[in-house]
Amino acid sequence: MNKDRELLGLLLIILSTVAVLAALGMVFLYAPRETTMGDVQRIFYFHVASAWVGFFAFFVTFLSGIGYLAWAERRWDILALSSVEVGLAFITMTVITGSLWARPVWGTYWTWEPRLTISAVQLLIYVAYGMLRSALENPEKKARLSAVYGIVAFVTVPLSWFAIRWWRTIHPDILTGGGGMAFTPRMGYTLLVSLAAFTLLYVTILRQRIRLERSADALAHLRAYLETNYIGGSHV
Amino acid sequence: MSNLVYLLAAYAVFWALTFVLVVSIWARQRRLERELASLAALLEESRK
Repeated sequence: MNKDRELLGLLLIILSTVAVLAALGMVFLYAPRETTMGDVQRIFYFHVASAWVGFFAFFVTFLSGIGYLAWAERRWDILALSSVEVGLAFITMTVITGSLWARPVWGTYWTWEPRLTISAVQLLIYVAYGMLRSALENPEKKARLSAVYGIVAFVTVPLSWFAIRWWRTIHPDILTGGGGMAFTPRMGYTLLVSLAAFTLLYVTILRQRIRLERSADALAHLRAYLETNYIGGSHV
Repeated sequence: MSNLVYLLAAYAVFWALTFVLVVSIWARQRRLERELASLAALLEESRK
């Protein structure tokens, strides 16, 4: 059983590495040079893919929060917190790559327009998720409050998604008309491969993060056992 | 030409953040496994 898990983990690592390298190859060798922005538009593929993974990760936390409130099982809490950590890394990636793309195209690294403002707030909200967890001692209370927080914090995902449709913004909307980009089928295929590669990378890293949390639990149980039976217990 | 700097920086950020995340998880896992092994050995020894 353990060997099967290790094999699956190894397979996932190999698959996600190959997928990311393939996506990278397509970004630089297959996707055409965009006519208006030039080569800097190639940031788009990994920028969108990392945003997708960040949103998906927070959706997993949202579902895990519901799962924890419904069944109060530790595995839902582990999934929620692991997904937040991975999601945060990818949303940070989105914000930084977005700024680097904005500088040559908009003439500034940052502007307080709706999508960017919501992204910044979202980042802070999920950083606060970690702070909330480290501030609480009682494991059950920590898991329950974190579940509620993860559910409420998810509101930033649809808000960020719809920000460019509801409000006047300079952020491009690729799904409805290209957002000022000359979007070709080759660009579409490259984006799809990038999305698939990043999703695979998310699953691979999430799996390792879950394993880490389970090891932390095993260590805590062993420590508690030793303290009860050998330090404060009858064996002393 | 100067725009390429932003392109390269963006992809460097992707690799750097992925590297930091993976290495941080790996390092924490190693530390926990070492602690688990030493506690398990301690338990085994005290049972003898």
